[in-house]
Amino acid sequence: MGGFRINAALGGLLTGVMVAVVLVGLVWTPMDPLAINFATRLSPPSPQHLLGADEFGRDIASRLMQGAATTFTIAAAVVAVAVTLGTLLGLVSGFAGGLIDRAVMAVNDALMAFPGILLAMGLIAVFGGGRYGIIAALGLAYTPTVARVVRGNVMTLRQLEFIDASWLMGNGVVYTVLRHVLPNCMAPIIVLATSMFGWAILSESALSFLGLGVAPPQPTWGNMLADARSYFTQYPRLALLPGLCISVALLGINLLGDALRDRLDPRMKESR
Amino acid sequence: MTTAPLLLEARNLRISLPQNGRDLVHDFNLQLTEGEIVGIVGESGSGKTMAVRALMRLLPDGLQVTGEALFRGRKVFDLPDPELRRIRGAGMAMVFQEPMTSLNPALTLGLQLDEGLALHSKLSAAERRARILGMLTRIGIEAPEAALRAYPHEFSGGMRQRIMLAIAMLNAPDVLIADEPTTALDAVIQRDVLELMLELARDSGTAVLLISHDLSMVARYTSRIIVMEQGQIVEAAPTARLMASPQHPYTRKLLSALPVRGAVRPRDSGAPVIEVRGLAVDYGRPGGLFRRSNAKRAVHPVDLAIAPGEVVALVGGSGSGKTSLGRAIVGLNPFSEGEIRFRGQTFDPRDRSRRDIRLQCQMIFQDPYSSLDPRMPVGALVAEPLRHSELGATQKAARVTEMLAAVGIPEAFRSRYPHQMSGGQRQRVAIARALVTHPAFVVADEPVSALDMTVRAQVLELFASLQQRFGFSCLFISHDLAVVEQVADRVVVMHRGRVVEQGPRDAIFDQPQQAYTRKLLSAIPALDPVAGGGLRLRWRFDDPDADGSDADSSLGETV
Repeated sequence: MGGFRINAALGGLLTGVMVAVVLVGLVWTPMDPLAINFATRLSPPSPQHLLGADEFGRDIASRLMQGAATTFTIAAAVVAVAVTLGTLLGLVSGFAGGLIDRAVMAVNDALMAFPGILLAMGLIAVFGGGRYGIIAALGLAYTPTVARVVRGNVMTLRQLEFIDASWLMGNGVVYTVLRHVLPNCMAPIIVLATSMFGWAILSESALSFLGLGVAPPQPTWGNMLADARSYFTQYPRLALLPGLCISVALLGINLLGDALRDRLDPRMKESR
Repeated sequence: MTTAPLLLEARNLRISLPQNGRDLVHDFNLQLTEGEIVGIVGESGSGKTMAVRALMRLLPDGLQVTGEALFRGRKVFDLPDPELRRIRGAGMAMVFQEPMTSLNPALTLGLQLDEGLALHSKLSAAERRARILGMLTRIGIEAPEAALRAYPHEFSGGMRQRIMLAIAMLNAPDVLIADEPTTALDAVIQRDVLELMLELARDSGTAVLLISHDLSMVARYTSRIIVMEQGQIVEAAPTARLMASPQHPYTRKLLSALPVRGAVRPRDSGAPVIEVRGLAVDYGRPGGLFRRSNAKRAVHPVDLAIAPGEVVALVGGSGSGKTSLGRAIVGLNPFSEGEIRFRGQTFDPRDRSRRDIRLQCQMIFQDPYSSLDPRMPVGALVAEPLRHSELGATQKAARVTEMLAAVGIPEAFRSRYPHQMSGGQRQRVAIARALVTHPAFVVADEPVSALDMTVRAQVLELFASLQQRFGFSCLFISHDLAVVEQVADRVVVMHRGRVVEQGPRDAIFDQPQQAYTRKLLSAIPALDPVAGGGLRLRWRFDDPDADGSDADSSLGETV
């Protein structure tokens, strides 16, 4: 029990710090993250550049902050797309059953057979990359997972007597689903969304690293890491800093996600 | 009783939570002699299961147990593990409540039956096999050879419980602990399993500790009863004495909670509220052009009419089709033939455009744990059915307040969620929700069978008073004839999807015409009050197999 609380607290703390950095980064950075200055090229940390400057003399701290903002916004959008689409599909599929369910699930399972990142790369190759390309591609790639989880929950809920009771009250399908089914699916959806946020950060970084994501000079953690490759032996700091950011963010979110699951999962709290 | 040697003894057993020192069980004393059959009665949370599990050292870790448990004079709590294992199974065996989960679904019955026997006996494989086959025949398995290779899911709940019993009894243990062994089964099967259990126990001289919340069931089979309340023994006495002159207020409360026959009410001769003609229910898919039908008929064509304000009980064992029929009438199941009339007007309860009639037909469900949306507070739950009513907002609010008061839920509970309430309170809320629209007809599907005895009595009483007050007609579905005897005006008996007998309650209970009805009745006692606040239990038609066509001749065995 003690270990569990510490994990939750640490997860909350790390995620909180990251979110604070993101919120600040959206409106203010110490320097212009895009301003090139060859005089400070590859300079070590100094009062002017707290974390040093990169190969174009840009302030790394500022770039990390803005990169965090970009990465987190993209991840949030990815999660929003996946949760919305997946929940919708899961509700329809689970509640309608029969042929509709089989059709939706066939497509769903086909998509799930691909690793998310591979599917996203394929989609980007077809529809183009960039900020919105990534959001659409990753969002679609994660949708089947959400759809499956929601569908499973809906199928269990559908058989409970309070759904029968809802029919007897004269409620229609849409009202019943929104009022009685969806709220009871929220716990697993929230848990899944949290861990998906972590996957999205990692995938966005990976895609940007491969040059499929947000194009330079706009910083994200992934493309900063990519740009740092050529300087890694002499200036490992350039790669280590964004790498560290990714690791810390993931650690925080995963710890928080686990804690949330333990709190919200009805199987954990139900004590009948 | 005192001549037989002492077998199992508990001395000042106390179980507490180390965190806060709260006692779950305290001052528990028990003496069980060889071959004796003793009952422990109490409601959920009374500590009866804990106390008995402690005797076998089967409690979960983290509980503090003090006192002594002696099995044949040996201190169970001090035994080293290998010794303990020898006593478990061979010395003390246990049958649990839930037959669906107490057998391992991944292993064949043959393996599971052999497991304990191989461990505790020195018999050869062939000898063990012979013994197992003998036992299977004994418990009524038709093809014992085939059963050895079968898996638990191939058997019904009642059969599985018999198999559990076989596993427990194969070693002919000295003590059999049966913890609510039949609570999950319907009344008739319950009786069969219990009779079998006691027969097996008598044959091998096994003492039985029968644990249940059902006082009348325990009273039928035991010679001595221990009554527990809140972790403590409040009364222990020979069964006949305990039933006839209960000493402790709680025992009296338990006795008064046993359902007794309600008064005969004058019949309303008005036109029926609900009329069902030739209604049949099928499950599975009907055949198509290229596919053979795999439909199974759950309910064969049934005629039924319920007068205004009348309570008609639909009784039968599990699988008799009673729930399918009830659900079809309110439109939760499709029906394949026949028609339903509401106040003389034919309508399809699944037709969404007839919301006016559908709202007149409501249902009270069996399980208050799953019939209330866990994400909604009480106020919203009870108000929800009024969504489609034409009442104004203030009238709706007044209706909710009225209903909550009528079912005895305090105003302060409005903001509570289902999981913050007890089972009885939840069922009250569910009843309030079903009645808030003032329906003309209510289907009550086993509304009290998930509740403890005293709570059950309270909810039944509440149900009867609400029925008087609001005057709705009711189809009361139950397998428990004791409950039916208390509330019903008329009884319809179903067996294998057909109505086998129907008539006024007293006629059905006193002069049943069909063997199946007699069988159902034999599972419940008739209660005769005696001076001193006690009861005398009388068993009807005690031998259902004998042709008891003369009802009077089979009455009269007393406990």
